[in-house]
Amino acid sequence: MVCDVCSKNQATVHLTEIIDDSMKELHLCEECARQKSAQMDQQFGLADLLAGLAEFGKPQGEDKNTLNMKCPNCGLAFKDFKKIGRLGCSECYTSFRRYLGPLLKRIHGANKHIGKSPAKITGDLKERIDIEDLRNKLQDAVEAEKFEEAAKLRDQIKELEIKAKVSPIDNKEGKE
Amino acid sequence: MHLNDLVNHGSEWLKGTGPHSDIVLSSRIRLARNLDKIAFPHWANKKQNKDVLDAVEEAVSKIDLLKKTTVFRLADLDNVDKQFLIERHLMSYEHAQKSDSKAVVIDEEEIVSIMINEEDHMRTQVMQSGFNLFEAWNIISAIDDFLAKELPFAFLPDWGYLTACPTNTGTGMRGSVMLHLPALVMVNQVNQVLAAISKLQFTTRGLYGEGTQASGNLFQVSNQVSLGHSETDIIENINGLIRQIIEQENQARETLVSRNRAMLEDKINRSFGILKSAYIISSQETIELLSMLRLGCDLGIIKDLDRRQVNELFIVIQPAHLQKIENNKLTAQERDIKRAEIIRKKLVKQ
Repeated sequence: MVCDVCSKNQATVHLTEIIDDSMKELHLCEECARQKSAQMDQQFGLADLLAGLAEFGKPQGEDKNTLNMKCPNCGLAFKDFKKIGRLGCSECYTSFRRYLGPLLKRIHGANKHIGKSPAKITGDLKERIDIEDLRNKLQDAVEAEKFEEAAKLRDQIKELEIKAKVSPIDNKEGKE
Repeated sequence: MHLNDLVNHGSEWLKGTGPHSDIVLSSRIRLARNLDKIAFPHWANKKQNKDVLDAVEEAVSKIDLLKKTTVFRLADLDNVDKQFLIERHLMSYEHAQKSDSKAVVIDEEEIVSIMINEEDHMRTQVMQSGFNLFEAWNIISAIDDFLAKELPFAFLPDWGYLTACPTNTGTGMRGSVMLHLPALVMVNQVNQVLAAISKLQFTTRGLYGEGTQASGNLFQVSNQVSLGHSETDIIENINGLIRQIIEQENQARETLVSRNRAMLEDKINRSFGILKSAYIISSQETIELLSMLRLGCDLGIIKDLDRRQVNELFIVIQPAHLQKIENNKLTAQERDIKRAEIIRKKLVKQ
């Protein structure tokens, strides 16, 4: 793989760069990686580099509340995600749903899963829509830091999921 | 199974058979899976990591398909052991960085490996010799189905399998094919091919995994996108691309044979000569010469040499393998001497 910056040398440093809600992979040769690091006036180190790169993309339309928003399940804040490029747990996907949707779309060109699943969803459509609705409410609650309400909503979602029989049955790969 | 049993044991994926095994060394599929609601390894506390390790180990022990596997906890391995597993493509370099509550599950034939607590709770991979992604998919999908019965996988209907990094969300699948493209390199066309690949949302890496540079004319091609396409569609897409690359490599080989046969025979036989007679040799030099030797086997310029032997040499000449074979720590200089000795032993008896 050739360096993304100089297009000459072999890329040996591979980074995930997050600017706003878009994430891209960056492949640099050692020379360009060092230069990029020097630009940021930081000592060369992957963690520093990642943190620095995230800083380049100052949040636009994202106020402090958004950045400080935390996943009620694992405590990871949205700003942590922007810094390390990794989510904290599977619930983060629900907690930061509104922001991850567009991000997934930018990374993959799509944000609808097609493929196998561990569980066959047998609940009727209404229940599934209710779950989606509650997930959106949960998102709002998390953003407003109404954690008690968020916890209640999560319980409701769980109940509905059980009702809708979201349980591990057979695992046929499906293209539904 | 003990780790040392693997030293003199040829991995299934190196056997040099399967479709298009002259150009395709191996096909690999990996799946990223996580347990619902439990913090991902980088964010979890010690207890959570330990719980995941125990839960996955228990699930593995219940599955018939995984009966012939052994769990290696990284805390029980020294640095040479860990490097040895990386060199055999059974675990990643990243996985070896910290040992706490990490393990790798390996089957006897080295077809299946499961990294526990790497970037995700589980990273399962299946390797096959030759151009054989669908076979790898069939095996890994069956294993995945059994694991899903034992473990609550993190999954949303609209976003699929949830992973620590959003670049893996969806199918959590990456398919990779290892290609040997010496002719495309010699006719200076490989960069055009690689540039085309990157435009199609695929990536290329070197033989020794993420972040390594291509050496020995070996290139690993993988998909980047994991959401919005089914697993079989992703594999079809990779296969379509690989078929084109194979065709181009074959054309380049034909061109070289018809127009530059003397140059080719000279280059290949000189490489063979150096490998058979050197007493000190670096791994970099060895890999480049082995690439020529492999091409020589494919084109019938070198006879009486099995492709499998050349494939295995690519693996056993690496630092940790040499130290495992010698059962002793070796300095870089000592390794260069030992490496030359092993190669001579393998090649001169012919």
